[in-house]
Order: sequence, then structure tokens, then C-alpha cells
Amino acid sequence: MKKNSLVNHVNMPSGHKGKKKWSRDDTELTLVGLPCFIWYIIFSYLPMFGLLIAFKSYKISPGHGFLYSLFKSDWVGFRNFSFFVKSNAFSMLLRNTVLYNLVFIILGMLIPVTLAIMISQIYNRFSKKAYQTMMVLPHFLSWVVASYFVYAFLRPDKGLANIVLQALGRESIQWYSSPQYWPFILVITQVWKTVGYSMVVYLAGITSIDRSLYEAAVIDGASKRQQARYITLPSIKPLVIMMFILNVGKIFYSDFGLFYQVTQRIPNSLYNTVSTFDTYIFAALQSNTPIGQTAAAALFQAVACCITILLVNYIVSKLDKDSAII
Amino acid sequence: MNEMMMPKPKKKKVVHFNQVKPVTNHIFNLLFLIISLLCLLPIVFVFMISISSEASLAVNGYRLIPETFSLLAYKFLWNERSMLFNALKVSVFVTFVGTMLGVFLTTTMGYVLSRPGYRLKTFFSYVVFIPMIFNGGMAANYVIVANVLGFRNNILALILPLAVNSFNVIICKTFFKTTIPDALIESAKIDGASQLRIFAQIVLPISKPVVATIGLFLAFNYWNDWFQSSLYISDRNLISLQALLNNILMNIQYLANNPSAGLSLVQYKNQMPSESVRMAIAIVIAVPIACVYPFLQKHFISGLTVGAIKG
Repeated sequence: MKKNSLVNHVNMPSGHKGKKKWSRDDTELTLVGLPCFIWYIIFSYLPMFGLLIAFKSYKISPGHGFLYSLFKSDWVGFRNFSFFVKSNAFSMLLRNTVLYNLVFIILGMLIPVTLAIMISQIYNRFSKKAYQTMMVLPHFLSWVVASYFVYAFLRPDKGLANIVLQALGRESIQWYSSPQYWPFILVITQVWKTVGYSMVVYLAGITSIDRSLYEAAVIDGASKRQQARYITLPSIKPLVIMMFILNVGKIFYSDFGLFYQVTQRIPNSLYNTVSTFDTYIFAALQSNTPIGQTAAAALFQAVACCITILLVNYIVSKLDKDSAII
Repeated sequence: MNEMMMPKPKKKKVVHFNQVKPVTNHIFNLLFLIISLLCLLPIVFVFMISISSEASLAVNGYRLIPETFSLLAYKFLWNERSMLFNALKVSVFVTFVGTMLGVFLTTTMGYVLSRPGYRLKTFFSYVVFIPMIFNGGMAANYVIVANVLGFRNNILALILPLAVNSFNVIICKTFFKTTIPDALIESAKIDGASQLRIFAQIVLPISKPVVATIGLFLAFNYWNDWFQSSLYISDRNLISLQALLNNILMNIQYLANNPSAGLSLVQYKNQMPSESVRMAIAIVIAVPIACVYPFLQKHFISGLTVGAIKG
């Protein structure tokens, strides 16, 4: 049975063989779905076509609206793309975005799954709930608030980190201008913010496993470790793989708030260490970079992600048909 | 059961069927206690800074337990309350209207997709699904919202773009598909009810769990959003709480632009406890969420399990 397909609705048989006549029911359902459909057209599909601007040299036609100007602008083919790909920033952005995401994906799988299995073994229900509640808190705070927390630790003259370093007789560190520490700081912050919530999601998967499986295993003399290896992990595998595919599908995107807010808006000295595609695009939008070049970067990102998710899903479906999500 | 067969219960804790050893339990408890405290530590720390006196911050830096306490930061915020309340109004309005709108759009589409035999189901499914694997991204959204729709400095820019998300639609669709019996809807149809009426009067009332989940996802998203503000909003009257916090991160003096009587702007800025005020605002924003989420936590999880796992 296909347990976790996100999109099985796409392939669902309609339940009616052959073409059915358009009924009153269909009209009414269309009307019910229409507002949301319009939302999708404006806020999802229009931007996709807006990416056409990446193939144009956008010039404002005075006295006309944006769309008119867009259509009047000259086609430039892939010039905006080659400009972006050849720019100094490109390889740095690609490296940062993909590497950070790989680390986040791997840690975001290993740590929460391990913790979920561990917490499911704790006797006391009340303390189990209490731990979960405390651990999810960071998930519900915005990156702006989180950046204040980091600032309280890392602020060079007054932050806790340097106070501790000084107490230990070490020299204090100018955190916000020392790029070598930032990969670790960012990874720790990201894990701090996401680990609780992912753990709770996996825990929900674990608690829905049929207890009798474990009982049978115990009768067969399985140890706790063996139970985890042969029952728990295989049972939550579809959930883990689904999260994995969804995360890999975002590998060219980055959590903008993490990279932008936590670093205090990317000081120059950290630029090469913490810039990602999203921070680059955001900075380009705020500056007077031609919009076509910015859109080229965005389109590159979107296409790369689309290819990645389809590829990963294809590989997963070859290895294990039921785990693919598309 | 025969009492003779049972092992005598020890005075210590009894190990029940298939439990880990008590030692392991203690180790796990200790580990999770530490992790939990680490998750709470930053917010406690920032709170302690916000109630430290400026003098002790200047001398000792940020400490977990300050030398001298002071509520000056909160007093200062209270004096600046007109600005805070204005930002609060924006945040509450955006969160409330956005959540209502988002729930409406998401559940209607979810319902439509859950109806078997609907002629446009496949088409709408693709409409919802494609944005999950391909989307225009930040730049294109910006162009559409700012240039085509012209929503710069318009509160709609904070509300509309975040209203729908394909993941939520699919959660709804799965919920309706698995929990609402077809017979119920068929019988309502025979009684002559229109689909809109069936949806509003029959389906929604028995779908409270999923409505709660989607509503909470949306509400937290709206409350925590600072990004839309930073792209589209420069008008001080439309600054939300998160955006305010974002603005004073770099420039604390953003807050101090209406000195109380008898003080020049410079004097006023100088006597502001700027260190602790920053942290106090972060606390003011974080505390409502910290107070609310423990009670709503179960909805977040039940929604995810209903929508994604058992799909």
C-alpha cells in the first residue's frame, strides 16, 4: 500500500470509466475552488511567467505599466544567465548554499530520529511531554527574535561567549568579523531551532507503530537495539524519506532568516562565508542591479531545484517504489 | 492471575514489559533535561539582560544573573507605547485577517480536491502540486507584488502572498478524504443542498481538527513574518512588531523619535537604556508565543500526521 504519497491525488482514478457529462455538481465545486484557483494564478503562476524577465533587458516604458514595459523590452536570450554564472559570486554562492544545506539535511535527519527513538523510551509520560514542549519552543520564534539571542552570546564587547573566554584567560573574539567560526555558529543555530520540531514529527511516526510488533520481537528475544534497528527504523522509513526528498528539493534555496538575520545582515567580512543564493537575490532586489539579472539568478535556483527533486524522487522510486512521493 | 506466579515487586521501580533499564532511563532523562534547558536558555538569558540596569551592563557585559536589576527598559517601552501598540495592531490585524483568508482558501480547495468524480480534479491537483516543485522564488514574487499588483506600502502585501501553501492544501484534502464519509455528502445532495452549503454547513463543522491545524500554521507564520515587511513596507504606520524589531536591530534610535516634553531629541536618545530596550522588545514579542504554543502543540502534530503520514 502506498502509505505516504503526498501527491497520490494526481494519479487517483476518477472512479468513473469514460467521460461523464459536466454536471451541476461540477459547476458548484468549481465555484467553491475558484477563489483559491485565482490565488494560485496570481501568486504562484504569474511569478513563474514573471521569470521571463530573466530573458529580457528590462526597460521602463514611461507612462505605461510594468507588464507593457516587460513586453516592450528587448529579448537578450541567455545573456543575463551567463552574466550571473560568470560572476565572481556564483561559485561561492553555489558552494555555500549546497554545502550548508547538505549539512542541515544530514544532521536534520540523524539527530531528530535518534532523539525521537530515545525519548520514546523514557518511562515518565509527563516529563516526556515537558521535554517535547521545551524543545519545540525555538521553532515557534522568528529568526529576528533568534538573532537577538545569538547576539546576546556573540556580541564582541559584552556577549556571554567573550565574557566566558576572558574568565578562562583567553583573548576575546570579534565574532561578527571572524568568518572561520560562522559555519559552526550557523549549523548550531539551525539545529537549535529545528531539532525539537523534527523530533516531534518523527516521534508521532514512532508512536503510531503497532505495539504488537514489539511484543512479538520481545518474545523472540530481541534486544532494545535490535528492536530499534529492525522495527522502529523500517517503520518510520517512509516518513524519513519523504522529509529527505522535500529537503533535498530545497537544496538550492536557503533559510533566508538564518543567513541574513543571525549574521546581523551579513557584514562584509562574513560575505564569502555566509552568502547564499537567497541573500544574494535579496541584496540585488534592494540595490539597483538590473532586475533581469536578479531574475536570472532566481530562475537558475528554481530550475536547479526542480531538476534535483525530480532526480532524487526518480532514484528513490528505483530503489524503493513505495517511498517516492511523486 | 495467580499471585504466586508473579515475581515479588521490588521496592524500587518495577521494570515493566519491554522497557529500557532504569539506568538508561535516567541517562535519557538527564540528556533531554540538558537539551530542553539549552532550548530555553537563550530566551531566559535575553530576559535577564532586559531587566539588567544599564550601569551593570556597561561594566559587566551580558550576564545570566545581573548585578543590579532595573525595569527601566520596560518603562521606556511603556512611554513609547503608541508606536508599539500601532505595530501590535498591524501584527494582530494581519494575523487575524490572513489566517481567516488562508483557512478559507485552503479548506475550499482541499474540499474540492477530495471529491471523487469531480471533472476538474486532476487539473486542480496539478495546479496545487506544480508550485511544490517549481516556483518563481523571491525575485519573481517581488516583481509581481511590487510592480504588477502595486502593493508597496499596502497591508495586502503582508497578507495575500502568504495565504495559501500547497502543503496545507494537501493536508486538508487528505483529511477530508479520510474522515468525511461519501454517504454523508451524497445524502445531503439528495436533500437538495448545494456544494457550497454542504461544505459550509456539514463538512467544516466536523473538520475542526484540520481547521485548527491549518489555522495555527498560518497564524504563527503571519505573526512571525518580517520578510514581507522588509520587502514591501517602509511606511511607519504599517510596521508590524517583527518588522519593528528588525528595524531596531541595527538602529535602536528608530524607536525614539517622539521625545517627551522638555527634552531635545538628542537628550532623549542619550537617556534611553538602549542596551536593555532591544532585548526587552525581543521578549515582548516572544512571550505571547511562548505562552500560547504549549496549549496548541497537539494540533500542530495531529495535523501533520493526518495530512502527511497517513495519506
